Amino acid sequence: MKKLNQIAEKNLLSIPPIIYLTFLFLVPTIIMVIVSFREPGAYGGVAPLITHINNKSHLNMNLESFKFAVFNKFIWELLFRSFCFSILSTIICLFIGYPIAMLIAKSPKKYRDLLLLLIIIPFWSCFLIRVYAWMIILGPQSAISYIVNYVLVLLGFSPVNLLYTSAAVVICLVYINLPFMVLPLYANLEKHDDTLIEASRDLGASKFESFWKITIPLSLPGILAGSALVFIPCIGMFVVPELVGNNCSFMIGNLIKQQFLQTMNWPLGSVTSIIMTLGVLGVTLMVAVLVSRLGGLKYARE
Amino acid sequence: MLESKPSRVLLFLGALGYLFLYIPIAILILYSFNESRVNVGWVGFTLKWYKVLFTDKQLMIAALNSLIIAVISSVVSVILGTLAGVALNRYKVPFLSILVMIPIAAPELLVGVSLLLFFLMINFTLGLVSIILAHTAFCISFVAIAVKTRMHGMDNSIIDAARDLGANRFQAFYLVLIPSILPGIIAGGLMAFTLSIDDFVITFFTAGVGSSTLPLTIYSMLKIGVTPEINAISTMMIIITIILTAIATKISPQLFR
Repeated sequence: MKKLNQIAEKNLLSIPPIIYLTFLFLVPTIIMVIVSFREPGAYGGVAPLITHINNKSHLNMNLESFKFAVFNKFIWELLFRSFCFSILSTIICLFIGYPIAMLIAKSPKKYRDLLLLLIIIPFWSCFLIRVYAWMIILGPQSAISYIVNYVLVLLGFSPVNLLYTSAAVVICLVYINLPFMVLPLYANLEKHDDTLIEASRDLGASKFESFWKITIPLSLPGILAGSALVFIPCIGMFVVPELVGNNCSFMIGNLIKQQFLQTMNWPLGSVTSIIMTLGVLGVTLMVAVLVSRLGGLKYARE
Repeated sequence: MLESKPSRVLLFLGALGYLFLYIPIAILILYSFNESRVNVGWVGFTLKWYKVLFTDKQLMIAALNSLIIAVISSVVSVILGTLAGVALNRYKVPFLSILVMIPIAAPELLVGVSLLLFFLMINFTLGLVSIILAHTAFCISFVAIAVKTRMHGMDNSIIDAARDLGANRFQAFYLVLIPSILPGIIAGGLMAFTLSIDDFVITFFTAGVGSSTLPLTIYSMLKIGVTPEINAISTMMIIITIILTAIATKISPQLFR
């Protein structure tokens, strides 16, 4: 009887959110997969599922959009560029984020909450605003622009525009996603046992050696989690290339947005989205496997 | 044992990191008080850009829309998210935990585009209602996580005790469980509100042509160029975010661990 009641309670609690989330997350994903097999409509959208020609019913489901996407050089070029930008941004985030996370972890307890809050606040504010801040900083009349171009001209180069470049895109991707790197890294570094470092130092390791051989390997799970959290949102970014990039820095997200909102080719848009998602999943899995293997090797050697 | 202190190199690099995070925001806020039309050089202090905002009818409508959307979707998501959080903490519901992870793990673009497709395929008119439905969906996840984190260290036996003392199932839920996880619920609600008011990508795809929100308005202003009005509106949004986030962390500090 008690068991039955518990099941009733579990269902009462979990079924409303399950229904809501299924309709708003799962069903749309399934629809997207189905749409990727359908024919594009003559005026955008999708063609009717079944057409009747000469009394014969014809099912409009095929792999045409997939075929088109697979042999389309443009899609692969954009995908490749998105991966390059995202991987580069992830690496830069790691280099900037690691010292921040470590500083928080090593700070006296009373300052930690404040230092963490300072990382969280920009993370919760609208990312458009943060991109805009860089539009001001890199703008043609900004101090940075002025100094860089002054130096370039002195050295005999022609002046450059800092805004509307691929570099500006990467800077903004780093800036927007940095908190994603810091938080999981901090969560990991905070748990480290300082006595390990002390022991290694007593045994003759230099500061750098004990950092490289103890802190870094121990923080690999944090590095992995942070990298995934930075990499995933980077890939789908379309606003950043639009606002601070040029024609040569468009990413796969821009194409997907265009396919859905401008050319209205839903099947191709769905296919592109699916390819992007598979790419993200692939890279994330690859990194996970790589890191677990590396970790395994290390332990095996010791 | 000695309290470990950050070394000088670490202090320097970490401080640089914080400067990298905050200098752009500081510049943005500073220029919102600048007399000059362009964001270059300091001319003089003024509040006129803020006055301009409050006379901009379009912007006020967008702000009102943002507020309506944020209030409704945070209220609904608090109800559904609390149920989900409690369910996830007390029982094993793998399907629900996967659903809750989607908006956190999937690229936002994918969520936005698939919702657009969903609304279009079922002939649902895009507008405030579709935005609210979409926002509620991703807010549920964050509330659920906030509630689940709050319950993590909690002693589940207080519910059994309440039941043993004669409370029925609902009484135990409303009179014992809910009050004890209230900080988590409020923090989750504040998070949901902040997320909703600041969301751009999902709103962009589910808004349709007629309705606009603050981030959508900022986006269309940004496409035209840099103006001090954008600085002023951005500054106000940052301040709102800071206040809400600060309250949320104060109420439920373990949320951000």
